Amino acid sequence: MADTNNSSANTKPGSRIGRSHEKIETNSFLMIVLILAVISVAGLVEIVPLFFKKSTTQPVEGLQPYTALQLAGRDIYIREGCFTCHSQMIRPFHAETMRYGHFSLAGEFVYDRPFQWGSKRTGPDLHRIGGRFSDEWHRQHLKDPRSLRPYSNMPAYPWLADRMVDAESMPRRLRVLQILGAPYTDEEVAGAAQAVEGKTEMDALIAYLQILGTAVR
Amino acid sequence: MSAITADALSRAHPDAQAGIYNDKVVRQFSVMAVVWGVVGMLVGVIIAAQMIWPALNLGQFGLEWFSFGRLRPLHTNAVIFAFGGCVLFATSYYVVQRTCQTRLFLGPLAALTFWGWQLVIVLAAITLPLGLTTGKEYAELIWPIDVLITIVWISYAVVFFGTLATRKINHIYVANWFFGAFILAVALLHVVNSAAIPTSFLHAYSAWAGVQSAMIQWWYGHNAVGFFLTAGFLGIMYYFIPKQAERPIYSYRLSIVHFWALIFTYMWAGPHHLHYTALPDWTQSIGMVFSLILLAPSWGGMINGIMTLSGAWHKLRDDPILRFLIVSLSFYGMSTFEGPMMSIKTVNALSHYTDWTIGHVHSGALGWVGLISMGALYFLIPRLFGQKKMYSVPAIELHFWIACVGIVLYIAAMWIAGVTQGLMWRALADDGTLAYTFSESVRATYPFYAIRLVGGTMYFAGMCIMAWNVWMTVSMGLKAGPVPQIRIPAVAPAHA
Repeated sequence: MADTNNSSANTKPGSRIGRSHEKIETNSFLMIVLILAVISVAGLVEIVPLFFKKSTTQPVEGLQPYTALQLAGRDIYIREGCFTCHSQMIRPFHAETMRYGHFSLAGEFVYDRPFQWGSKRTGPDLHRIGGRFSDEWHRQHLKDPRSLRPYSNMPAYPWLADRMVDAESMPRRLRVLQILGAPYTDEEVAGAAQAVEGKTEMDALIAYLQILGTAVR
Repeated sequence: MSAITADALSRAHPDAQAGIYNDKVVRQFSVMAVVWGVVGMLVGVIIAAQMIWPALNLGQFGLEWFSFGRLRPLHTNAVIFAFGGCVLFATSYYVVQRTCQTRLFLGPLAALTFWGWQLVIVLAAITLPLGLTTGKEYAELIWPIDVLITIVWISYAVVFFGTLATRKINHIYVANWFFGAFILAVALLHVVNSAAIPTSFLHAYSAWAGVQSAMIQWWYGHNAVGFFLTAGFLGIMYYFIPKQAERPIYSYRLSIVHFWALIFTYMWAGPHHLHYTALPDWTQSIGMVFSLILLAPSWGGMINGIMTLSGAWHKLRDDPILRFLIVSLSFYGMSTFEGPMMSIKTVNALSHYTDWTIGHVHSGALGWVGLISMGALYFLIPRLFGQKKMYSVPAIELHFWIACVGIVLYIAAMWIAGVTQGLMWRALADDGTLAYTFSESVRATYPFYAIRLVGGTMYFAGMCIMAWNVWMTVSMGLKAGPVPQIRIPAVAPAHA
């Protein structure tokens, strides 16, 4: 049974590439080292410089870190997987800026951990949804999307209105973001639970949607 | 290859385990691959239906976990990491033993990778519907599961490379280069992309923010495709196609060139997921250039696989397993042509955010990864359970055709839907205003969502036929006696 259907059987001893590759394919340690070297280059070139460019690390003027309520809303946005159908990234095309507003800037996302740019628009882009509809509109739309948009295939989220924000976890959440560099004061961190007291998850999500993209107009 | 029972072996020599291949872990992963395939594809069918009938999002009836946003990550994780992952573990463990002619290194650690990986999958299936997610595509699992994945993956690397290091054959066979690169790259990508600071046992904030977060995520995301779903499966191709066709690999030289070119180039291509975003332009342009270059090593692999059939083309007529393997390469060639094309910025301006992307992904996932996995499993399962062939060969034929028609319906529908959406979003009326509201583009998509559901359901049905066939083959094998213990052939001393 030809289990030896392997490279040694197919090596063409005459070929130069075969001879020079022989060193690698007969030495598993050398192979590991070379693979690691070859796959490391791209990340070093493409990723590392982004940490040192002002345009990608500095907030745009007027951008504030999320308040406790907005942050709770953002975490609900992530929990419900809104990013699976909505992007938050307006590209610099005429049709796109007409539909959604000013194209998105790198400095608008410096407090986003992780980014929520998305990859698919089953629904419209949401980067500048802030201020475009009333809170009441959002409340109705989240409870029953088709009452406002008959052709929408968005799921309904009625339970958000019945559930309270987990206030107790908020100080820890702000604290971690503070460690990671968000300019929260210690008072803001300590008061985070109180700031969301009595708010529903619906309130929080709407507070988040209403701040989205409002730093740049 | 002589198959004798474990009993007889252990009676003969107490230390006999060393002389036989460790196929237990291969059997376990192979069977679970089929199980998770059925589960993952079923979830895919459910969410495809939800996109047509939003009432199927059962949130309004109190079942918030049965909502598209919660189930979509479950679908992607189940098919990629549960189905695909089990296939990769099974095949790499099988191949590395055969091509090194030695028993798997550290059997107990290999067993740990099986149970650890199943635990990861079960935890994913519980946490994702509960809404416990990081919010990063294909990296949704929360930090404690990420830690568990890291432990399993390091164990996997130790078992795999340990087996390579103890090989009885001087040369490392080409399939193992691909498996090895896949294991190393996935370790690197997973650890870097998952870096986070916990706020509780169930929640953490990413160490990366904004643009850096986006770039690292798509460096990860694109190479989850490039290494998990490509390099690993090329490892499968390099063993199972020559075995099933009983022909040597077409070109040894091509395999060297396309291996190093592929693993180098893939790592650069991530930024094409971020064209025209707030990522700096130079990064986008580098991503596009390397994505275009990637066509060459991708097609190098396809040609090497397909041309392995030279002189044996007639086998395609009556061997459905070989047909799975070869048609998977045709889909591989197609989607690795489409991918570079979609990475051209002007094309991407139209295709991005539309269902075209979904069509592209599924031509690779259903056509390439799915079909080659099924081919490899149809090869493995009878051998692992002491059978000459699968219980029903006509059922393999049926599976092949129903899967192929399903794929074609799926991807054609998504192409048309995607191009329609892209054109409607950018269309201007005579007065210079937008010609269509977003709602109108959604409305226009429904017929194609329906065709996609039909295609996806057919593909799922094929997987169910496979599960039945595997069930029958395995129970026949078990009824016939203990599973075979396959003895490692005596090797002539390695030649330099």
